[in-house]
Amino acid sequence: MPITTRSRLVASTIAVALGAGTLAACGSSDDDTEASSGPVSLTYWTWAPGMDKVVDLWNKGPGKKEQIKVTVKKQASGDTLVTKILTAHKAGKAPDLVQAEYQALPTLVSNDALADISKETADAKSKFADGVWQQTTLGTDAVYAVPQDIGPMMFYYREDLFEKYGLEVPTTWDEFAETARKLKKKSPGTDLTTFSANDSGLFAGLAQQAGAQWWTTEGDQWKVAINDAATQKVAKFWGGLVKEGVVDNQPMYTPAWNKALNTGKQIAWVSAVWAPGTLNTAAPGTKGKWAMAPLPQWSEGENVTGSWGGSSTAVTTDSDHPAAAAKFAAWLNTDGTALQALAKESGIYPAATNAQTSGAFTNPPEYFANQADFYTKAAEIAKSTAPSAWGPNVNVAYTTFKDAFGKAAKNKSDFVAALNTMQDDTVADMKKQGFEVAQ
Amino acid sequence: MTTARRRPYGVKGAPYAHPSPTTTLRRARSAPYFFLLPATVLFLLFFALPIGYAVYLSFRKVRVSGLGLGSGARKEVWAGLQNYTDALGDSELVDGALRVLGYGCIVVPVMLGLALLFALMLDSERVRLAPFTRLAIFLPYAIPGVVAALLWGFLYLPDVSPFYFVLDRLGLPQPDLLDGGPLYLALSNIAVWGGTGFNMIVIYTSLQSIPAEVYEAAKLDGATPTQIALRIKIPMVAPSLVLTFFFSIIATLQVFNEPTTLRPLTNSVSSTWSPLMKVYQDAFGNGDIHAAAAQAVIIALATLVLSFAFLRAANRRQKQEAAR
Repeated sequence: MPITTRSRLVASTIAVALGAGTLAACGSSDDDTEASSGPVSLTYWTWAPGMDKVVDLWNKGPGKKEQIKVTVKKQASGDTLVTKILTAHKAGKAPDLVQAEYQALPTLVSNDALADISKETADAKSKFADGVWQQTTLGTDAVYAVPQDIGPMMFYYREDLFEKYGLEVPTTWDEFAETARKLKKKSPGTDLTTFSANDSGLFAGLAQQAGAQWWTTEGDQWKVAINDAATQKVAKFWGGLVKEGVVDNQPMYTPAWNKALNTGKQIAWVSAVWAPGTLNTAAPGTKGKWAMAPLPQWSEGENVTGSWGGSSTAVTTDSDHPAAAAKFAAWLNTDGTALQALAKESGIYPAATNAQTSGAFTNPPEYFANQADFYTKAAEIAKSTAPSAWGPNVNVAYTTFKDAFGKAAKNKSDFVAALNTMQDDTVADMKKQGFEVAQ
Repeated sequence: MTTARRRPYGVKGAPYAHPSPTTTLRRARSAPYFFLLPATVLFLLFFALPIGYAVYLSFRKVRVSGLGLGSGARKEVWAGLQNYTDALGDSELVDGALRVLGYGCIVVPVMLGLALLFALMLDSERVRLAPFTRLAIFLPYAIPGVVAALLWGFLYLPDVSPFYFVLDRLGLPQPDLLDGGPLYLALSNIAVWGGTGFNMIVIYTSLQSIPAEVYEAAKLDGATPTQIALRIKIPMVAPSLVLTFFFSIIATLQVFNEPTTLRPLTNSVSSTWSPLMKVYQDAFGNGDIHAAAAQAVIIALATLVLSFAFLRAANRRQKQEAAR
C-alpha cells in the first residue's frame, strides 16, 4: 500500500514537473541579457519552407563572423502565427524574429510586439519599391519590419481553351465580364472563374487595384473606408457577375475547385505571382497549358495591380538583441546570396527589386515552361503595384468578409450590402477596443 | 531459550510496544487526504486554476487609446459585466445556439434510436455474425471526428462525390447537401455515423448484464420477443439510456469539429455557426480573449444547467417508477 501511494505521488510529481517544463519550453531560452557582446543566439518563427537551409548560410557565413546564431522554428502560416506571437508576447516570451504578413503588422505594432528597427535598416530602404517599404513603416518614422516577399496580382488563363472557345485575353474588367458572358454562351457548363469568399486577401488586392485605401490615419484618428467608392465598384462588379451566373460562386481550394481547374470547367484564375505553385498542386494535369497576363484594368491604358499575400521579417520587443536580429533580417532580405537561396529553397518572390530579375528568375517556373518571359513580365507588373493601407484589426475585417460575402455569394444577393456589413463590423470592433475612429 | 525473548502484550516497558491508539487514529484519519492529494493537486493546477483564470479574464477588457500604435497604447482594465452583456446581446451567439438546437433535435433522437435498435437486435437470439456486426457498427467511432468530417465533406461535394455520379447516371435529382436545411442533415449524418457505435456498445453492455432468469420468467409467462424487448429490456437499460442521452446532449452543445471542417468547402457555414466556433473565432481570429472567455463561461453554465435539469428529471421519473 505505501509503495502504491508513493509511486502515484512520484508519478503525479513528474506529471506536474513535465507540465511546467513544457510551459517553460514554449518561450525562447535566451538567457544572456547583455546587448551585442559575446555570441548571440536568436530564435526565428517562420512558415517559409526550406528556411532552415537559408539560415544555415547565415550561420556559416556572416553570422559566424559576427557571432550571431539564428535558429529556425517552423510555424503555421498567416493569422495563426499572429495569434501565437501575441500570446507569447503577453508572456514576454516572443521569439527574436518573426515572419509576418504585411496586413498583420499594424495589429502586431498595436500590441507593442514589434521593435522599431529604423536605425539598423537605413541602408535597406533603397532596395525596395516605395509602395512595399511604406507598408513596414505604417506611415510613421519607425520601421517595423524588412519586406521579404510580395504577391503582385496577375491574370492566369488556359491558353489552349481560350483559343478553343475563341476568347481574347481581357485587358479591362469590362472585357473580362464580356469574356465571361461569351464563354457561358458558348459552353454553358464552363465558367471563366469563380468568386471565392474564403480568401479575403484576393478581394483586398482587387480593391487595392481599384484605388481603395481601407485604413488611413488623420492626426490621432483612424479613418476606415472599406466601403469607399473604389471598393463598392469592385463589389458591384463581382456581385453582378455572380448574380448573372456567368462566374461560379463556389469557394477556392476545395477538391471541387481542383477538379474544375483540372478538367477545364474553370478556365481562368485571378491570382498572384505565387500561383504556379498552387496550380501545380491543384491542377497538375494541365501543366504547360496555362499562361499569365497582367490583371485587367478599370480603365483602358491604365497599368495598376494589387497585391495578394507577401510577408516581412520583423524583430519583436521581447528580443534581448534587437540590433543583432535586425542585422540578420536586413541580410536575409537584401543580400544576393540569401535572396537566391530564398527563391530556390522557399520558392518566394522577393520584395527586393534587383532580386526579381536576378539569376534565380531567368527561367520561368516549371509549370509555366511555355512562357519564357514569365518573370520578366512579373517584375514589370510588380512595379505597378498600388500602395496598400492596413489597419489594426484587419483580422476582424477579413473574418467579416468571409462570412458576409460567403452568404452573399451563396444567395447571389447584394454584394454592396455585404461590404457595408464589413465596414460596420470593422468600425464597431475598433470603437469597442477604444481606437479613435473618425466618422 | 527463544521463548524467553517473547513478551506478552501489555507488559510495561516493552521495547516493541504498539503505538498508542490515538496515533493510529490520527494516521487513519489523515490517510484519505494523503491519497486524495495527487488528484487534488492536479485538479487544482490543470482544471480549477485555468477555469478561474478564464473567469477572471471574462471580467477584463483591453482599452486602446488614440491610434493604438506604439508602446503603452493598450491597457487591460476591468470591464465589469460588459463582456457578458455583450455576449448575451450578440445575435450571432444566440443564432448559433438555435442552429445547434436544430442540429441536436436531429442528432440525438436518431443516434440514440439507432443505437438502441442495434443493441436490441444484437442482443436477440436469432442474430448471426454478431461479433462482426458489432465491430462494424462500432468502427466509425474509432475514426477521428475531423477525418470523418473530411471524408463526408468530400462525399457531399457534387463534383467529386461518387454518390452524385451515380445519381447523375440514373437521372435522379441531385440535392445540394451543403446548403440550407439539407446542411443540418449532412452535419447530423456525420455525428450519427460516428456516434451510434459508441452508444450502442453502452446499451448493449447493459443488456448483457440482465440476468437470464428474468427472460426465463417472461418466457414462461408467454411473452413474445417483442414484448420482452419493450417491457423488460428497455426499462431495464433505462439508466444507460439516460447516460447516453446525457453524453449526447453535451457533445451536441460542444459541436465544433464537423462544421469547422466543412466550412472551407462551402459558403453556407459561417465562422460562427456554432457557439464554440464563435468562442474560437473571437479568441483566435479576432484576438479578443476577454469576450471569448465570457462566452465560454456562459456556454459552460448553460451546459451545466441543462445537464442537471435533465439528470434531475430522469432521476425523479425513475423514483416514481420504482414507487409504483
